[in-house]
Amino acid sequence: MDWRQLWEIVSAPDNVPIVGLIPLLIFYIYLAWKQAKANDELIAELETNPAMAKTHHRKSWPFRPGWQKEIHVWPFLLRIEFLAAMIVSIILMVWSITLSAPLEEPSNPNLTMNPAKAPWYFLGLQEMLVYFDPWIAGVVMPTLIIIGLMAIPYIDTNPLGSGYYTWKQRKFSIGTFLFGFIILWVAMIIIGTFIRGPGWQWFWPGQTWDHNRLIYEVNRDLPDLFGITSNLAKGIFGAIVVGGYYLLGGFVVHALFRRYNPKDYKRMSLLQYSIMMFFLLTMVGLPAKMLLRLLWHIKYVWITPWFNV
Amino acid sequence: MAEENQNGKNGNRVGLLERVKAGVKEDVQSLKSDLPVKAKEQIEGLKDPTKTQVFTSIFRHKHDDTPRNRALGVLSNVFLHLHPAKINRDAVRYSYTWGMGGITFYLFIVLTFTGVLLMFYYHPSKVQAFRDVLYLEHDVPFGKLLRNMHRWAAHLMVIAVWLHMFRVFLTGSYKKPREFNWNVGVILLVLTLLLSFTGYLLPDDQLGFWAVTVGTNMARATPLLGHEGPFGKMLGMTPYNDVRFGLLGGSIVDANALLRSYIWHCIGIPIVASIFMIVHFWRVRKDGGISGPAPVMLASEVKEPKK
Repeated sequence: MDWRQLWEIVSAPDNVPIVGLIPLLIFYIYLAWKQAKANDELIAELETNPAMAKTHHRKSWPFRPGWQKEIHVWPFLLRIEFLAAMIVSIILMVWSITLSAPLEEPSNPNLTMNPAKAPWYFLGLQEMLVYFDPWIAGVVMPTLIIIGLMAIPYIDTNPLGSGYYTWKQRKFSIGTFLFGFIILWVAMIIIGTFIRGPGWQWFWPGQTWDHNRLIYEVNRDLPDLFGITSNLAKGIFGAIVVGGYYLLGGFVVHALFRRYNPKDYKRMSLLQYSIMMFFLLTMVGLPAKMLLRLLWHIKYVWITPWFNV
Repeated sequence: MAEENQNGKNGNRVGLLERVKAGVKEDVQSLKSDLPVKAKEQIEGLKDPTKTQVFTSIFRHKHDDTPRNRALGVLSNVFLHLHPAKINRDAVRYSYTWGMGGITFYLFIVLTFTGVLLMFYYHPSKVQAFRDVLYLEHDVPFGKLLRNMHRWAAHLMVIAVWLHMFRVFLTGSYKKPREFNWNVGVILLVLTLLLSFTGYLLPDDQLGFWAVTVGTNMARATPLLGHEGPFGKMLGMTPYNDVRFGLLGGSIVDANALLRSYIWHCIGIPIVASIFMIVHFWRVRKDGGISGPAPVMLASEVKEPKK
């Protein structure tokens, strides 16, 4: 266990934000979960008791008749904003006094940094480069993430859970978002920050970064496993595999979604449903490809003269 | 005597000197009697400065603690009137809002302020950029603190934006009628990341240089528009005319790339982001204010739209 190496990584000034983000995320997930639980319990109670549902104020916080429903922004909101600004300023001041922004040697195109890491918030994309070619990891995936995020309000047809924390009313959408944000995005940033060392090789936390380490990985392409040699056959084979993934995966998701989310399924138009399918399967495709690499050392699935997937 | 009347020997033509004397006497008398009164008035007036003309010209309403004045305090202030006068009693609960949207905006202001100060000491040229940072760190009073604050506020802003988006998702606040504002927010997320990324190169050190090299190398592989991307070569893409060339102003990260990232960082993206922020805040109000905490809705109450 090389504590010094671990400390060097954790205390690198530019890694401090991601070190800070982890406890923050845990705290806010706890905060959201606590309120979701309270709301879900209230919802369950109101569903079974229609008389109560008619009179209840429908929040998990106390409210008594006679209490004002609205309060003045001045001072009740503005004092919170002022306090927040003060606290942020103090945190920023203390942080800036105690920890200096990194400044390396002057830039030198002839001396490559190893590892050359992007800023921490892009390390998820850089980590994707291990499993995908740059045109997917660096261009297509980020574009799809942005478009996918923008599509969310238009494909989530569930009218429930607008304006309050809940889990039971929105299991699918919240589950999907947590998977995409926490499991894929944040976890890959953590891998990129704490685990990837020189040569973008895998070093467990506490393992010494060995700049001379070489790993002889024999990565194979999927068509080779099936003994396909001609370029044409490889292209057709890959198209079938990738197309098959979307068709078969789509079918599995359809079977599950229809059963467990019948109301959403009924509400969604064909366009909404297919857009959701596409983004969901593309998102799941990322860990699927990672597993192919990690378990069977498969590099490409689809090989064409123009691009490889 | 015919020549004498009540005005004196020479009729009403009293001697000039006499008249001046009388006038001055009167003036002195008035000073003696009026000044203390006026001074007293003045001092009395100063005890309540809110009644002075200067004050009332600036602040258009009274500040006694009445509901009307509390509302006016928000509505008649150009900066505060972003807020409504009154909000739901639960909408101020920190456990619901997390306050991350506001913190993001505050950090943007901090970054603008520190960024402008940093611009005074920085030349976006290969010869000077790195030296300017050294000079800033070692010679400029509080220069190091300034740079640190700018850097850490940028990182904090990225975190705050993510947490804000996370909260908005978890509370379903992107749902009708807020779909469009969620989209504006996604664009602001991208702009925040781009702002941070363009700033990374500016110290012109190894860290920024290689981060930007790695980052922009991906643009080589852009489908159709990059010279190493799928179908790029077929469309005549070379290292000297593809999308990466356009980003860097050259085929390598060099002086032009430094200038471009400086201009994007300090002028281009902040202006675009400000415009989107204006729309974002405006739409928060127009879409009915903060989304909640709303009363919970029951599945049995959902009215299915007819198809």
